[in-house]
Amino acid sequence: MRAGSNRIDVTVTDVVVVNELVKRFHFERTHGGILPTFSGGAHVVVEMRDEGKTRLNPYSLMSSPLDTRDYTISVRRDDAGRGGSLFMHREVKPGQRMVISNPVNLFSLDLRAKKHLMIAGGIGITPFMAQTAQLAGRGGNFELHYACRNDALATYADVLTARYDRRIHLYRDDHGEKLDLEKLLSTQPLGTYLYVCGPAGMIKWVRATAAEAGWPDETVHFEHFAAPQPGKPFDVRLAVSEVDIRVGEHESLLEAIEAAGLNPPYLCRGGVCGQCETNVISYDGKFLHNDHWLSEEDHRSGCKIMPCVSRFEGKSLTLER
Amino acid sequence: MGINFKQETFRDDFSFRNSPEQVRRFPFPFHEDGYMYSVNIEPHVPGAKNTVFEHLFDVDEHYVSEMHDRALVLAEDPLRCQSLPHMTLAGWDTLELLMTEKAKSYPEHFSLTRDGDKWHWVNRPLGIDDRFTFGDTSTLPYDPLEYITRQSQGDFAVLDQRDGNLWMDAGIVTTQADWSLDFDIGMNFFEWHAPVPLAHEMGVFKRALKFLMALQQGQPARRHNWTMTINPRLDTSPENYHKWGTDRTTVTPENVGDKVHLRVEIQMFFRLPRSNALLFPIRCYLIKMDELVTSPKWARRFHRVLRDLPPELAEYKGLVRYRPTVVEWLSKYDDGAPTSPGFGPD
Amino acid sequence: MSAASMLSRPVYGTLSPQAGKHHLLVADAEGAAAILDLAKNAPADFFAKAHIIYIPGASGPEYIDALKALNPERFYEGPSFAAALPRLRQTFDAAHMGTRLYIAGSEGLIGQVMQVAAEAGVDHASIQTEQRGSLARRVQCVHCKGITENVTTQPVKCSHCGLLLLVRDHYSRRYAAFQGVCINAEDPTDIPPTEEIFR
Repeated sequence: MRAGSNRIDVTVTDVVVVNELVKRFHFERTHGGILPTFSGGAHVVVEMRDEGKTRLNPYSLMSSPLDTRDYTISVRRDDAGRGGSLFMHREVKPGQRMVISNPVNLFSLDLRAKKHLMIAGGIGITPFMAQTAQLAGRGGNFELHYACRNDALATYADVLTARYDRRIHLYRDDHGEKLDLEKLLSTQPLGTYLYVCGPAGMIKWVRATAAEAGWPDETVHFEHFAAPQPGKPFDVRLAVSEVDIRVGEHESLLEAIEAAGLNPPYLCRGGVCGQCETNVISYDGKFLHNDHWLSEEDHRSGCKIMPCVSRFEGKSLTLER
Repeated sequence: MGINFKQETFRDDFSFRNSPEQVRRFPFPFHEDGYMYSVNIEPHVPGAKNTVFEHLFDVDEHYVSEMHDRALVLAEDPLRCQSLPHMTLAGWDTLELLMTEKAKSYPEHFSLTRDGDKWHWVNRPLGIDDRFTFGDTSTLPYDPLEYITRQSQGDFAVLDQRDGNLWMDAGIVTTQADWSLDFDIGMNFFEWHAPVPLAHEMGVFKRALKFLMALQQGQPARRHNWTMTINPRLDTSPENYHKWGTDRTTVTPENVGDKVHLRVEIQMFFRLPRSNALLFPIRCYLIKMDELVTSPKWARRFHRVLRDLPPELAEYKGLVRYRPTVVEWLSKYDDGAPTSPGFGPD
Repeated sequence: MSAASMLSRPVYGTLSPQAGKHHLLVADAEGAAAILDLAKNAPADFFAKAHIIYIPGASGPEYIDALKALNPERFYEGPSFAAALPRLRQTFDAAHMGTRLYIAGSEGLIGQVMQVAAEAGVDHASIQTEQRGSLARRVQCVHCKGITENVTTQPVKCSHCGLLLLVRDHYSRRYAAFQGVCINAEDPTDIPPTEEIFR
């Protein structure tokens, strides 16, 4: 059975400009009926047909899991990225038909928690929109700390504050407001679970501070989809299917493999779920590993690669695909 | 045309029998003349008509009697159904899945009407007609998991997914092949499979776990397992082992056909949407040796499988004491002719 | 059913100081020696933030002075686990994240403290454990559910229902006990010899 193959035909019902960087997209089933129920923290993979190229980007569902008449996602425009967010911002209009995957959750709540402590940075707020809705519906104990650049970019801070009042704490850079993380972490009751979603630097800071403060690894959950980075083109031999491919500058290795007609399994397309792990048969050059799945030992060994986010520079690379 | 539900027992006088139609749809588990563990997981998609895979949740002629037996077990030992506190949401997920599938597959027997969170459930074979509020446990006579699984054949384990593992944190187990939910609840995937010989060394569970963790909603999977049971007893629990263990000494060449049963488990896996937990239904089917040998292919093949089974597996499955008697009995039905590939009875 | 070692059997480690704001150390008898060993590698301020709960049992006063000499923030010595339990529960209720738990001594003590910790929301994987002293087991009879303490023999008679039990390596954290299954269910006249093996 292949993961990631369960697709849903949807129609874009609304596109809302949230602020100068963020647009919100609403999807309903093209053929009517409610969309699958999901759990807070889940994402869908959105298929984009961009001038003969297919992009598959994961976005967190931010609508309430309690109401699945439509799904909503929010996309932050990344002018330096590979073009997925630009495509969403420029090309996707109401009435357009698209294909999305079934929801998959790689950032789920630990329902054993006596308290859920959430820390968001920037567009990392989106999974918490769904998680807070899920928890609030059942009287769950949560508290959200949200860091952003300024009021204009405090995406959904108004909505969250209106819904949850004092459970939402906002920190605006331009007001010099700063999250005192050490203090926050020192006053949480036993049985609290910590969730963080935001830029890589923030995730690193929160994890390191929590570890230093004696929070066991099991209690710290983080969502970090590494978006595939552009890079120099490279050539790859797919030994099993006996095909040679070229990975373009703005293309991931996984996308290039798919473009050659292969269907390796995937869930996250962001280097965390492990589904597309691929064995290296031989290589002459250097790997640019960008995933969070393989161990450092795996990275050093030169025996494995995560084609969704990692690249290669050098003379030759042969993969078991 | 509905199912003809039988009145029969799985204890005391053991009046359980399969009708000839039920024998033909029995999920015979051996596709070749030998057996060893394998991950053997396949997509759980609705299959051919008149097989147990026609619908996602099979309801058969034993339904009413099996549910009666479950009620007897729970009255005697309520610890057979348990749910750790964080698993209530997964219980509601389970209730939704079972009700919607049953109503869709067997509209003449079950119906579900939903108006927002006001639900109306009718189970005609068991004479149940309940209105309740989805998500509000106080509107049901039991917690949601127990409520719906008292109306569903097979055992159910509910697995929480976290920290790179699956944790058996809820379930109802009254027809088990000798494992205790009460003891195993709270264990992870490797811990509750700990007593299974050979398979860990073969890496079977590591591969299975990786697959199950990635299982998506709307894409259920299944595998099968088997053992043998003396008398058509559903409740072969460790709790009552001291009561049924002596059954294993009662097999004689004269009573093999009626007393010895092949027991097949269809294990299914569903991703639950709200809780992100996995539902793990374990459906058990029993067939008497007399019924099995009505298919010459099944008779030949099962004789060969049982005769050549590795001793560790025979011990784990609890067959050691009566295996020679059963193999001897089955040998009369094995003329040595080749068997065709596949599961079917020919 | 075989009694060979299996994956549900807990694996204990060696106590080592963890990053944390507070440290709760619980030990019985020989477990004190594990705390003393940990102290050799601990940062200077470790015990100033530490609470030791000690149940000397068969070890008597042997380790008390050495434990007190570590100058923990709080030190408690109790006559039994049952006696220490209310204090332990209250300590967990008042604790914050950043409190690290260390348990050393008999398997029965380790398991029972982990049970209380789990109720307080501490994941078992977050706990440091070290087994010292007696290997006697807590055994739950799968038939009557009663727990027999300090089991040293194979098989053992259930102290509640009297069935003769095979003590398996299959272990439940929730019960903090090994599983005991009737050893002669198929032939009650078959009484195997009793051997002392868990010491």
